[in-house]
Amino acid sequence: MRLDLRLPIGLLFSIFGAILVGYGLITPAEAYKQSLGINVNLYWGVVLCAFGGVMLGFALRARARAQAQGQ
Amino acid sequence: MPSPRTTIRTVGIPARGAICRIYCHVAWPFRSVPIPLTQSIQLGAVDWMILILYFTFVVGIGWSLKRGMKSSNDFFMSGRNIPAWISGLAFLSANLGAQEVMGMAASGAKYGMMTAHFYWVGAVPAMVFVGVFMMPFYYGSKARSVPEYLKLRYDEKTRTFNAFSFAIMTIFSSGISMYAMAKLLNLLLGWNFDVSLWASAAIVLAYIFLGGLTSAIYNEVMQFFLIVLGFLPLVFLGLRDAGGWSGLVARLDIVATQSHNVAGQPYAAGAWVSAWHHMGSPASNPMGVEWFGMAMGLGFVLSFGYWCTDFLVVQRAMVAENEQAARRVPLIAAVPKMLFPFLVILPGMIAIALTAKSGQTGFALPVKGNAYDYDMTIPLMLKHYFPTGLLGLGLTALMASFMSGMAGNVTAFNTVWTYDIYQSHIAPRKSDEHYLWMGRMATVFGTVLSILTAYMAVHFNNIMDMLQLVFAFVNAPLFATFLLGMFWKRTTGHGAFFGLLAGTCAAAMHHGLTIPVGAESLFKGGWLGQVLHLYPSEMAQNFWTAIWSWTTCFTVTIVISLLTKRLKSDEELRGLVYSLTERHDEGHLPWYKRPIYLGALILLAVTALNLAFL
Repeated sequence: MRLDLRLPIGLLFSIFGAILVGYGLITPAEAYKQSLGINVNLYWGVVLCAFGGVMLGFALRARARAQAQGQ
Repeated sequence: MPSPRTTIRTVGIPARGAICRIYCHVAWPFRSVPIPLTQSIQLGAVDWMILILYFTFVVGIGWSLKRGMKSSNDFFMSGRNIPAWISGLAFLSANLGAQEVMGMAASGAKYGMMTAHFYWVGAVPAMVFVGVFMMPFYYGSKARSVPEYLKLRYDEKTRTFNAFSFAIMTIFSSGISMYAMAKLLNLLLGWNFDVSLWASAAIVLAYIFLGGLTSAIYNEVMQFFLIVLGFLPLVFLGLRDAGGWSGLVARLDIVATQSHNVAGQPYAAGAWVSAWHHMGSPASNPMGVEWFGMAMGLGFVLSFGYWCTDFLVVQRAMVAENEQAARRVPLIAAVPKMLFPFLVILPGMIAIALTAKSGQTGFALPVKGNAYDYDMTIPLMLKHYFPTGLLGLGLTALMASFMSGMAGNVTAFNTVWTYDIYQSHIAPRKSDEHYLWMGRMATVFGTVLSILTAYMAVHFNNIMDMLQLVFAFVNAPLFATFLLGMFWKRTTGHGAFFGLLAGTCAAAMHHGLTIPVGAESLFKGGWLGQVLHLYPSEMAQNFWTAIWSWTTCFTVTIVISLLTKRLKSDEELRGLVYSLTERHDEGHLPWYKRPIYLGALILLAVTALNLAFL
């Protein structure tokens, strides 16, 4: 079967999200002066993780279904 | 603060980035070399991580699809089994190059909310039309490309004309894309121009060579999400900085009253925030167009011509898993398309509003000559608002969209080259493996030719301008040929071919006999020596060139068709012409899968948007 596109998309954005969240947690507050004092890395990282997670969820559910049908 | 009063005098040049996506596929955002940055951006380790991770995934997708590439059908047509949502997002993404993102933001700063016409008038209605009315013929005819449809419907000469002009244009467009990207990276990050150019070409080549059209489509979908998720924080931060929507509107009113038209009169306060209210005459809006020229030129001729006949986008719908899915593809794409103004135009509006109060915020557009350097809006806002980390994501989104612009053109080129030029003129009746091999070779030399074009762009600005004009002339009348072909069975091959030629000549003539205000070279018009009409802006001239060209093609095609003998029988035209094609009963589909309902719903929504920003 051909690659399910939701898998790489989910994976990529989850990793992006994790990187941003991690980086957002270790950077001091003054790094965010340019983004109006908002720790955008942390918040947007969470959004990316959520998006990636939903995509991964869809992909894994489809895979589980295909396997169930195969048996 | 430099006065925005001078803006109208330079109307035209940066706007080409916006109009040319529709007009002739070729955006030309960096004509002269602007150096607006005091220093290039320094990337942090985390930015590099994001960038490298993305490109690893891009090539990885190509690699994992390699096993599936067994026949030319897999390579060029993705085996015709791509789900509608994937094709739909790719349909949108193939059109959404970085030049469009940057060009639309530039236009947003320059013209304000009126720029949304490129979406709400200039795209969505045509996308609904192609989905509801035209896809059945494209898909049902089993044509593998748009030129091949012309061959089936008309004759070999019409197809060859279209195939050659399209093939050259795709190479040219992808070369321009590469050039613009390498130039931007050089400017923004201080990267070496040649290295940026060759590296981006190598990545694109790798993933298409391995995975063909499927790989390009998959990457376009990734790029769609990357653009949305990469630029959305920019809108949030910018809007917050501008004092929310009401703060933005108040600032834009100041921008409007401080700018003036060609005659020196200031604009009304709402000119930057309303889409329709100031379109009564060209003098009362910053775009310099009136509603009729806009609705007919952009909304009808240019937009339908692009979305309904351009193989670059149509190819994405042709590979859907079945006819119903193929018809849904443009409709699915239309939904995000109508929301895109908020992602790409709004940042431009925010940028000009912030520039008007730059004393407080620090963000200001740079000045170039006697106007702002609008083209740099997006890169500079990224630099201004995004800290290390998010900056990596934003830049990756920007690069991804440049590269998918190249990839879309390369896949369209290799298909048209292999099927419509190589197979039909050079080497017919070869084995399928041979054509698959040819497709891969075409990908290689298509990329090499694009690189050459990019270097040509560096050295010969004028040749590029001229080529761009010629393509605009060739493209403008195409929609008349398709419309007549699909809905009037009496249209003949001779009628179509000579109608196209006449339309192309009419476009050239109109351009040669008119000029826009402030034209500084013959590439802007008036090259026939005699100037019969002066347009208030280059955009108005473009719209009217298209209207003249379309009308000429339409009329000449009808006249010559009536004078020549019909060579194709009803039987041969089955599946190609509306009146000779049986409609599939779609009654068994749920309403949300039926194109006609979806299309109506989308048109309602886009009408509501127009009313909301009247």
